[in-house]
Amino acid sequence: MKAFKGFVIKEFYHIFRDSRSLLILFGIPIAQVILFGYIITTEISDANIAILDHSKDAVTREIIQKTLSSGFFKLAATIERESEIDAIFRKGIAKEVLIFEPDFEEKLNKGESPSIQIIADASDANTANLLVSYASAIIQNYNREQMQSRGVPMQIEARIRMYYNPELKGVYFFVPGIMAVILMLISAMMTSVSIAREKEMGNMEILLVSPLKPIQIIIGKLMPYFLLSFINAVSVLSLGYIVFGVPVNGSIVLLLAESMLFITLALSLGLLISSIAESQQVAMFISMLGLMLPTILLSGFIYPIENMPMWLQYICHIMPPKYFIIIVKDIMLKGVGLEYLWPETLILTGMTLFLIVVASKKFKTRLA
Amino acid sequence: MNQSINIIEVEGLSKKFGDFYANDNLNFVVKQGEIFGFLGANGAGKTTAIRILCGLSKPTSGKIKVANFDVYKQTEEIKKNIGYMSQKFSLYEDLTVEENIEFYGGIYGLKRKVLKEKTNELLKKLKLEDKRAKLIKEIPLGWKQRLAFSIAIIHEPKIVFLDEPTGGVDPVTRRHFWDLIYEAAQEGITIFVTTHYMDEAEYCDRVSIMVAGKIIALDTPDGLKKTYKSQNMNEVFLQLARTEE
Repeated sequence: MKAFKGFVIKEFYHIFRDSRSLLILFGIPIAQVILFGYIITTEISDANIAILDHSKDAVTREIIQKTLSSGFFKLAATIERESEIDAIFRKGIAKEVLIFEPDFEEKLNKGESPSIQIIADASDANTANLLVSYASAIIQNYNREQMQSRGVPMQIEARIRMYYNPELKGVYFFVPGIMAVILMLISAMMTSVSIAREKEMGNMEILLVSPLKPIQIIIGKLMPYFLLSFINAVSVLSLGYIVFGVPVNGSIVLLLAESMLFITLALSLGLLISSIAESQQVAMFISMLGLMLPTILLSGFIYPIENMPMWLQYICHIMPPKYFIIIVKDIMLKGVGLEYLWPETLILTGMTLFLIVVASKKFKTRLA
Repeated sequence: MNQSINIIEVEGLSKKFGDFYANDNLNFVVKQGEIFGFLGANGAGKTTAIRILCGLSKPTSGKIKVANFDVYKQTEEIKKNIGYMSQKFSLYEDLTVEENIEFYGGIYGLKRKVLKEKTNELLKKLKLEDKRAKLIKEIPLGWKQRLAFSIAIIHEPKIVFLDEPTGGVDPVTRRHFWDLIYEAAQEGITIFVTTHYMDEAEYCDRVSIMVAGKIIALDTPDGLKKTYKSQNMNEVFLQLARTEE
């Protein structure tokens, strides 16, 4: 056990003394999150909105007034019919339309919940999302104020619709994708390279001749990267949350557990690569070509899988990151739990077990 | 030197890779405290034999005991009782002198206190005390080699296997290195060394010469020179290598 501890400590020395691996470990995740985040984020103030007020009563006027004085929105047009909405978006007159249903105040007084529809042009998904959340916040605020002054619970319902891109692809989507890429990069590439280096430099021989068992060598090699990958998963999530407000709607515990599963999978891939590769260059090359590119291109991170030709879709189905991205996305954005995600989790677990068995077999036969 | 105990016993060792015999019916014993030279051209099968003796690979047939442990069943025991150093001298370049010592001492299960003492003793002996915090890549090759050797025997093994330990260094540095080897042998550690350098072969107590997977000569350097009527080991080696071809 003490020998094992020394082994792990040694591994950390390697990592922290190599500026390249430090850069990969900490620079790339931060840079990726920030880059991806800012590419699709825009500052919002004085966004153009259009208003379609079917009631034109005191309450709707008050809400409109509040919305326009918030600083986020600027009235660009007042329209009379739903059919005009499309034209407003297409001409770029407004990014968002608020629709008040008829007899708004009356319904409110009767204790019903009248609704305000918030429609956003989601072709710029990130902006649309922000606009919608600002608008609903204003309505929520109004609700609360009224409740306090009138003393009756009242509920104005905000109904959100996204035009053109109902699933809001692109927005929060970058965080799950980046998590997959980064975990793959760190777990698989860095372990395979570090084991290959050990072989290249002749250290592996000494380790094998020592009383350390192969399993201790394997775990000693993998553990530091497991830990660092996990830290990275957490920092990507936190960065996404702090800088870009990407929420985790579902269970964080589940999300982290799934991340650990994926990290384990990537580590066994790294181990497998290192048992094939004799040098650091080869390990790097295989990881890049065999892991990074598929993770970016064939996982649905950047290009939707549904749009690919059939044969390529089949290939996508055997790409572990695809399932991880689905899992992360669903937990973060839809807030669902294991009851919906068990198929993907099962597939990932199966893949992981398979890879662990193959990789440790390979690793051991190399010693004979 | 206590040369009465057999520390390595090899009877009929063969190792086959497919149809190819890397080791063909090797027979020899090595006595405790002996410096045993294991000579042969590249590809003669030296490394294969060493790997078997170290418990890294199983022989195809033969009865082999290392430090009185069986290479088929007791490889764990063997590993605890041997040290190993190869041509790539296996120190971590990005670790300091002291960290390397601690790491290797640690994987052999040395206790913290013992390890501290050993480290100080070793640094003092090698005159590396002021370099203990230096990274390995910053110290000269000769030092590295001697350090690697000292680390290979830090757990006081019964046998140390040296696989071409002096590759790529000049004769003076080699001589320094051999001083350390003698010292270790004096302390009772058996030295099993492979080399290309015939001047090194002269330093050994006994020398075996391997050609094409077989041991074709085994004697003291003087004995070999007499048998083959040669001035030095180089001539012996060339004669033997030629007759086999």
